[in-house]
Amino acid sequence: MDDRTPQISGAEILIRCLQEENVKFVFGYPGGAVLNIYDEIFKQNHFKHVLVRHEQAAVHAADAYSRATGEVGVALVTSGPGATNAVTGIATAYMDSIPMVIISGQVPTPAIGMDAFQEVDMVGITRPCVKHNFLVKDVKDVASTIKKAFYIAASGRPGPVVVDIPKDVTALTAVFDYPKSVEMRSYTPVIKGHSGQIKKAVKLMLEAKRPMVYTGGGVVLGDASEMLVKLVRELGFPITNTLMGLGGYPATDKQFLGMLGMHGTYEANMAMQECDVLVAIGARFDDRVIGNPQHFFNKNRTIIHIDVDPSSISKRVKVDVPIVGHVQSVLAEINELLQADTKRPEAASLKTWWEQIEAWRSRKCLTYAKSTEVIKPQYVVEKLWEVTKGDAFITSDVGQHQMWAAQYYKFDKPRRWINSGGLGTMGVGLPYAMGAQLAHPEAQVACITGEASIQMCIQELSTCKQFHLPVKVVNLNNRYMGMVRQWQEFFYGNRYSESYMDALPDFVKLAEAYGHVGMKIEKPSDVEAALKEAFSPALKERMVFMDFITDQTENVFPMVPNGKGLSEMILAEEL
Amino acid sequence: MKHIISLLMENESGALSRVAGLFSARAYNIESLTVAPTEDATLSRMTIVTSGSEDVIEQIIKQLNKLVDVVKVLDLNDGRYIERELMLVKVKATGPFREEMKRMSDIFRGRIIDVADGSYTIELTGSGSKLDAFLEALDKAAILETVRTGASGIGRGDRILKI
Repeated sequence: MDDRTPQISGAEILIRCLQEENVKFVFGYPGGAVLNIYDEIFKQNHFKHVLVRHEQAAVHAADAYSRATGEVGVALVTSGPGATNAVTGIATAYMDSIPMVIISGQVPTPAIGMDAFQEVDMVGITRPCVKHNFLVKDVKDVASTIKKAFYIAASGRPGPVVVDIPKDVTALTAVFDYPKSVEMRSYTPVIKGHSGQIKKAVKLMLEAKRPMVYTGGGVVLGDASEMLVKLVRELGFPITNTLMGLGGYPATDKQFLGMLGMHGTYEANMAMQECDVLVAIGARFDDRVIGNPQHFFNKNRTIIHIDVDPSSISKRVKVDVPIVGHVQSVLAEINELLQADTKRPEAASLKTWWEQIEAWRSRKCLTYAKSTEVIKPQYVVEKLWEVTKGDAFITSDVGQHQMWAAQYYKFDKPRRWINSGGLGTMGVGLPYAMGAQLAHPEAQVACITGEASIQMCIQELSTCKQFHLPVKVVNLNNRYMGMVRQWQEFFYGNRYSESYMDALPDFVKLAEAYGHVGMKIEKPSDVEAALKEAFSPALKERMVFMDFITDQTENVFPMVPNGKGLSEMILAEEL
Repeated sequence: MKHIISLLMENESGALSRVAGLFSARAYNIESLTVAPTEDATLSRMTIVTSGSEDVIEQIIKQLNKLVDVVKVLDLNDGRYIERELMLVKVKATGPFREEMKRMSDIFRGRIIDVADGSYTIELTGSGSKLDAFLEALDKAAILETVRTGASGIGRGDRILKI
């Protein structure tokens, strides 16, 4: 580079960086502090900018785009309220380890700390809910910071990275020079697992009499599904997925015991409790998954735990064989060792174990009382699965409908199930569906939601109109915040404090007001026809809002009450 | 149990608040925390005195390592180490106190670094427990003001924390 190398503005540098990172979509909302950046967006055609109606939705949509593709999601918001509106989205992505880069505008450098208009300490506010964040104080640092941000977001245990850029930095000029690679002495994520530990794990698996495999979001995020399937089929082990791990192993496979946890299946939870060797992969033994760690404890069980994040290991549950590494790399090594080894688990013990599992399975914990009078929410999800041939991208909001979606829609492929598992953010469903639809324009995308959740980001119906996103909304409308109501029924003496959704809008008219198709379905006999129509070629290009009026008092079963252990489930027939 | 954790981190603005924020967000104890740049100006060295069960300490070390700005972490309690803390105590030095305070300072190998009509300021260096012992040995009525730096620690012999 010599003096003749052209200098370009910080805003243009940023745009060029995004181009270098091969970004296809930026979800955002303009404002004062990012006007220079938006001006450069106007002049380029390398990526598409998706204008949302609220910054929270920008981050959710970018998050879902990442979940559906594996690429880093990118959101752009202005300073102050734009930045704070983005925080819920950032915290949501952080809890589920989603790789994202969020660019926020900041007031000009000299105004920082002066309580300037639309000023907020974004780096301070987001510190506890990001993998890392940066404030770019010099235009010469824009390119290297963006490079680092993408690298940190996508490597190791992924997560969101915030880059806060003051307005003057986007106006000042510098030479654009995008680094080819990043090296950080303070950040060197482990990829390869310790081979001694891996050998130990394989030996334990081969000696297991009552094995169990338990996998989480790490398998989906680490694109390790194929290797997992190979391993589980080779050994003939039973397997369960967490809420975040669904799709990591095909749900229609006979070795799959369903989801585990607070609303997991009887067979999955019992097998977790009674197994002698537990192989945990990309999962973190959280409270909704194993309940109370003291109740979960079983001295006759040996735990192998594979995870990219050392701090996830032995956090809530002590494990015997920890393996820190990328799940893909570790599973590949395990599969290789198994291929070279002629030993296999003792068939007779495995058979006895499967007989026990089948006995648990025969409790048929996911049955519900069928009705011809009132629409059962589970029935809608079952029909949705049939109509979409189990091949849709399903997003959900948070609550009962989320659990029914997880229990009754059988995900056979990874990245098809998009929901907020860790933070449990109501309102994600619609923006998640937008991100998934933009990532896969030809795919069927459905948002399973409830009348409470959907209203938290309902303004995005407008974004769907602008970008012609033919998302199908499946609104399980029970006129209650269902999960709150369920806890109030079980644990608060039927005192339904503030959980009733009064004064609901006419969702059909609302959808129509935004230029979409609205349907109201009140009879069980109409459910299938409505779904078929919504997914018919005639409505392929249209967004359809299906308002299913469902049973008000339906509850999610099985249920492990808060603070109990996995074998202390309440089953539907016990009430 | 009390642990002294030493760490090297990038000398960047905000790095300290990442560590402090981690301790408050995860409800870890923090008895003292000291930080200053090292001979390499790009690095800061921090000493954190904390307490907790072995499981909690293990998590603290892992969580610290996870911070992107943290380069290296060492639990000094894993081996032999030296701990030093500096304390300045302003004490009454009137009447019988004038002689008494001088004597106490000598016993604890402190130094009187400021002398005024009514007070002495004593400088004392040592482990946290030695400083505690000194304060306990003093007549409470004599103590006007104390300031402590918090502990700094370093491994003995070949135990070196460096990149």
